[in-house]
Amino acid sequence: MPAISTDDAIRVRGLRVAFGRHVVLDGLDLTVRRGEVFALLGPNGSGKTTTINILTTLSRPDAGSVEVFGIDVPRDPDAVKQRISLTGQSAAVDDVLTGTENLVMLARLSGLSARAARIRADELLERFDLVDAAAKRVGTYSGGMRRRLDLALSFVVTPEILFLDEPTTGLDTRSRRELWDVIRSLAAAGTTVFLTTQYLEEADQLADRIAVLDEGRVVGIGTADELKARIGGDTVELRDEHGALLREVSTDGSVSGLRQALDILDEAGAQGVVSLRRPSLDDVFLSLTSASRTPTEPVLEEIS
Amino acid sequence: MTALAPASAPALRPRISGITAESVFVRRSLTHSLRDGESLLMAILLPVLLMLMFTFVFGGAIDPSGSYVNYVVPGVIVLCAGFGASSTAVYVAGDMKAGIIDRFRTMPLRASAVLTGHVVASLIRNLAATTVVIGVALAIGFRPNADAWEWLGAAGMIALYILTITYLFAAIGLAAGSPEGANAYGFILLFLPYLSSAFVPVSTMPTWLQWISENQPVTPIIETIRGLLMGTPLGDSPWWALGWCAVILTFAFTWGAWLFRRKAGRR
Repeated sequence: MPAISTDDAIRVRGLRVAFGRHVVLDGLDLTVRRGEVFALLGPNGSGKTTTINILTTLSRPDAGSVEVFGIDVPRDPDAVKQRISLTGQSAAVDDVLTGTENLVMLARLSGLSARAARIRADELLERFDLVDAAAKRVGTYSGGMRRRLDLALSFVVTPEILFLDEPTTGLDTRSRRELWDVIRSLAAAGTTVFLTTQYLEEADQLADRIAVLDEGRVVGIGTADELKARIGGDTVELRDEHGALLREVSTDGSVSGLRQALDILDEAGAQGVVSLRRPSLDDVFLSLTSASRTPTEPVLEEIS
Repeated sequence: MTALAPASAPALRPRISGITAESVFVRRSLTHSLRDGESLLMAILLPVLLMLMFTFVFGGAIDPSGSYVNYVVPGVIVLCAGFGASSTAVYVAGDMKAGIIDRFRTMPLRASAVLTGHVVASLIRNLAATTVVIGVALAIGFRPNADAWEWLGAAGMIALYILTITYLFAAIGLAAGSPEGANAYGFILLFLPYLSSAFVPVSTMPTWLQWISENQPVTPIIETIRGLLMGTPLGDSPWWALGWCAVILTFAFTWGAWLFRRKAGRR
């Protein structure tokens, strides 16, 4: 049993996974610090779920080292399983059972006595706002309720690391914001959170640090501000009276740069409302991932 | 969400001991069976209807003396056990598609415990259905001449057959991509009792079919149950029956464990 003295919750070095000839992860490096909320951001097919599957012992890497609290994941999966919970992409709940039955089952499987399991189930139903639905079959729950139950199941024993694979995919805006609040409160109590998402806003809202994943590699890592700073200056936007974007010109943030940008717009004879925009995570994302390699159509021709 | 109470500090999830996990999963599977209304209805109704059909519709033509019920009961028991066990394939295939299996696999549990739950639940379900079959049979004129030990032996043989075929169906459920697929593959197994001594003596079949019927696993199992309940000669049937069950059980168990390790991670 290796000593657990590391400050890093997760340490991944040179992780490689291929399914046949298709390389999914190509030398992935990641370090997640204890207690932080870490977001793995990437487009569909970039390897997010594969990374989670390996970290949570569901599948094995082809090469590279994967450690959770200093424990070698492929070598000692059971020690890892004692410290983690996974809320996967498809809600990991039993549709045929009721909310209470789901929680009691998980509590029994986590070593609680029948009595303790019931008490814990009631606590969690209360905390995740599911008391009214406790006796209903999960099959009848709404998307938001399923996710809340899913999270509640992950907290039957409060894990040291919570893995969330696209936690808010398919939820409406209201449910998404509610879930963000829940995740923040869980993180505040000391659980390290590792989440994957396709939504930049989600990473921006929740994460202390963000890694941008593209084609099986980390192409950018840092806080949201650090990533935005990498893009450099502001963008001058020209919009028509309906607010539709006509043209955007990036600047280096200096006075002369701004003047230059305005000159470019002037020369093109553009009419409309000008505004200045700070770089968003979208800009970071697009500039770092393969999306930037697809050419964008020039907007100017439409108005001239 | 209003006034969220503070979460508790992280703790280690204990490894659980003994057969706690297995008993939790048996309970889960039984709850599933009880709430699956259509399957439950089929599990009770089908044996009863088959029993009545074979006795009153076909029975008169096969054995005009009216004692066909005494011949056919072991066959109906085995046929029904097959139908009942086949739902295990559907349940297992459904589980493998659901996200909950990933939750179980990221907990410090024996991986096979989920399967054990399904298998034991099927055993309980089908022994209950068998009791119904025997009850109906007794009501419509089934007159076995077995003593207590022979009844116990027959019950043991039936339980072993249910266990064997359930494990086979569980493995099929793992191998199939979907519950619908699992259902289709299982059909072939359900056909076997018709090609045995279940409903007519093997000697009445064409020669080439006799060879198949005499050498397939269902015939010695039925002959063992029939011998114990009705006093027909047992011969070496019990040994063949036990041998077949042992071989199939070993195969299904090994195949199932291999499939479970391989498939559960890659949905």
